[in-house]
Amino acid sequence: MDQAGEKWDIEIKSNANLLDLKISEVWNYRDLIWLFVRRDFVAQYKQTILGPLWHIIQPIFTTLMFLLIFGKIAKIPTDNIKPELLFYMSGITLWTYFSTCLTATSSTFTTNASIFGKVYFPRLVLPLSIIISNLVKLGIQFLLLFAAMLWCSFNGHPISFTLNWLYIPFLVLLMAGIGLGCGIIISSLTTKYRDFTVLLTFAMQLGMYVTPIAYPLSFLKNKSYAWVIKANPLTPIVEAFRYALFGKGTVDINSIMYSFIFMIITLFIGALYFNKVEKSFMDTV
Amino acid sequence: MSNNVISVENLSKQYRLGEIGTGSLVHDLNRWWHVVRGKENPYLKVGEVNDRSKAGDSQYVWSLRDINFDIKQGEAVGIIGRNGAGKSTLLKVLSRVTAPTTGSLKIKGRVASLLEVGTGFHPDLSGRENIFLNGAILGMRKKEIKRKFDEIVDFAGVERYIDTPVKRYSSGMYVRLAFGVAAHLESEILIVDEVLAVGDAEFQKKCLGKMNDVSKGEGKTILFVSHSMASIKVLCERAIVLDKGIIKHDGNISKALDLYLENNDAIGSSEIEFLEEDIEVFVKKVYLTNEQGVSLNSFTNDDRIFIHIDIAVQKFLDQVEFSICLKNSNHVNVIFSSLSDSTNKIPVSLEPGMYKFQAEVKDNLLVPDLYYISLYTHFRNIKSIKAYEQILKFHISETGSILAPYGNEATNIACILGGADWSILPVK
Repeated sequence: MDQAGEKWDIEIKSNANLLDLKISEVWNYRDLIWLFVRRDFVAQYKQTILGPLWHIIQPIFTTLMFLLIFGKIAKIPTDNIKPELLFYMSGITLWTYFSTCLTATSSTFTTNASIFGKVYFPRLVLPLSIIISNLVKLGIQFLLLFAAMLWCSFNGHPISFTLNWLYIPFLVLLMAGIGLGCGIIISSLTTKYRDFTVLLTFAMQLGMYVTPIAYPLSFLKNKSYAWVIKANPLTPIVEAFRYALFGKGTVDINSIMYSFIFMIITLFIGALYFNKVEKSFMDTV
Repeated sequence: MSNNVISVENLSKQYRLGEIGTGSLVHDLNRWWHVVRGKENPYLKVGEVNDRSKAGDSQYVWSLRDINFDIKQGEAVGIIGRNGAGKSTLLKVLSRVTAPTTGSLKIKGRVASLLEVGTGFHPDLSGRENIFLNGAILGMRKKEIKRKFDEIVDFAGVERYIDTPVKRYSSGMYVRLAFGVAAHLESEILIVDEVLAVGDAEFQKKCLGKMNDVSKGEGKTILFVSHSMASIKVLCERAIVLDKGIIKHDGNISKALDLYLENNDAIGSSEIEFLEEDIEVFVKKVYLTNEQGVSLNSFTNDDRIFIHIDIAVQKFLDQVEFSICLKNSNHVNVIFSSLSDSTNKIPVSLEPGMYKFQAEVKDNLLVPDLYYISLYTHFRNIKSIKAYEQILKFHISETGSILAPYGNEATNIACILGGADWSILPVK
């Protein structure tokens, strides 16, 4: 039998350490992450005529709809960001990233059960690849936003491109982190109880309304219910994003710290829970 | 230092039956409450032996129970057992798809598990893209796949289709490509589950050949689950027989095959008895044995099969005749044989009393299949006394007959193995 001091590459015990996150193993599978990103991107638009153009069409139409409903009909102010088009487009770009990240990662276990059931690779590879492939989509939509800003500035609107743009990657990372953290928590919960899938679709719809996408945070000043919106860790990120782009928005360092801490906590809990569930989710999924 | 590459200790796996709903939530909460108080999981004590045919009291079953074994570098080990014996569960635990409930598992080196071919193939992606994706899922780095790419395409024989989405492939091509990727993995341990059940005979032969190369030529360790005894016999020297989650045998392959074959419950009994009747002659008992006289209903193609017929004669019979007929699973009568065919001197007239007859079916005569025995008592060329239709069944397993490469198709190719004597004649 087994002799002391023998070196084994893999040891599986029924009661393994929860804190062993196997980050180095994920690194070994980095090619797989990249191939999954490619697969998501390539496979989504196979047999479509417009192909990746769909990434641009979606935000354009949503922006126009928001412009009509919130701008023209409800007449909600836009923090003096002119033209209003840019206000809505910036919010939608960031929100789309968050919501697609969260919905896609939250179904990691259920949609990939057939692969997970047949072969082992670090399960964290899949949610990570989702976050990255959506980052590519965000990039495309951001280019659209950038093009819209250029166009507006040529047409005489005062738009300045400042060094504040350097904050944007950090804000996107915060968004990605919160999306990933919440996503893997929900995906771990759904392996056994599918109630959370239903809950999520519903929560995503409501979530957009408690995040300042269609209205600025300044609009809620002195309102008694403003705390609901401020408690949302996404609020500071969206506001800071607009501040970085247009120089207008309600931002302070404390609220950003709040979002950051929230991200760290969800990622930590998510990683631990995911790690616990991934071992035997095949039995219940 | 031992050269064990896999070491399994007290491995058990428990499954919960039934649906997941409020009931399982109650169990989850109870389990959590026990763990919080530092107690043992209460449901680990209640499991039952996994016998799918009997209704049990417990919602928990042990799919594997206290499994222990070691596998050495370069060994090819077959895992056999009936449906539900725990073979697939064992492979799943070994390939780390699911964690064991208790016990531990240690592995040296890289494991490639082929529980299915083409895992992660995306129908919309081309063959080329899928080779990379599938290879990466199986744990290969991009460089390795690039290096082996031509070999894989060549092995699969799909060069012309390599840039076509795999959903346009025929199912055979799909499997070829998928197995090609898997067969070219650079891993030290290969775990294979019945993937050979697909593809045509030529391809199955190719797969077996490749696996043989991998195990004997390259010295890799192989764990192989299959219902095809022929493939197991070709590939493995050692076999583990699982029965209801417990190891029944671990070691020599032929002993394992015997164990697996004996008393195949699904076929039914290997003997049948009849009540006394008020006619001139009746059959008392019919039973099957092998060469050693062991009562069996499950044979291999190189076993001789003995059909024993006990007969009671009530009054003097002249010109009596007994015939057997063997019908295969396609309902074709393959053999019809009578007492008078015998080259042995058997009297044609029988005094009242008990008689024991034995009909031997030669080895390597019948194509491996399921056979039904019918028995007829009659007078020679005159009238029938009684027909005993399809009274017993027996099964012949493939362990490497000349039709072995054709797999399940064998019964459509022929009913009899060989049957002709060949010779070469001088040309005038």
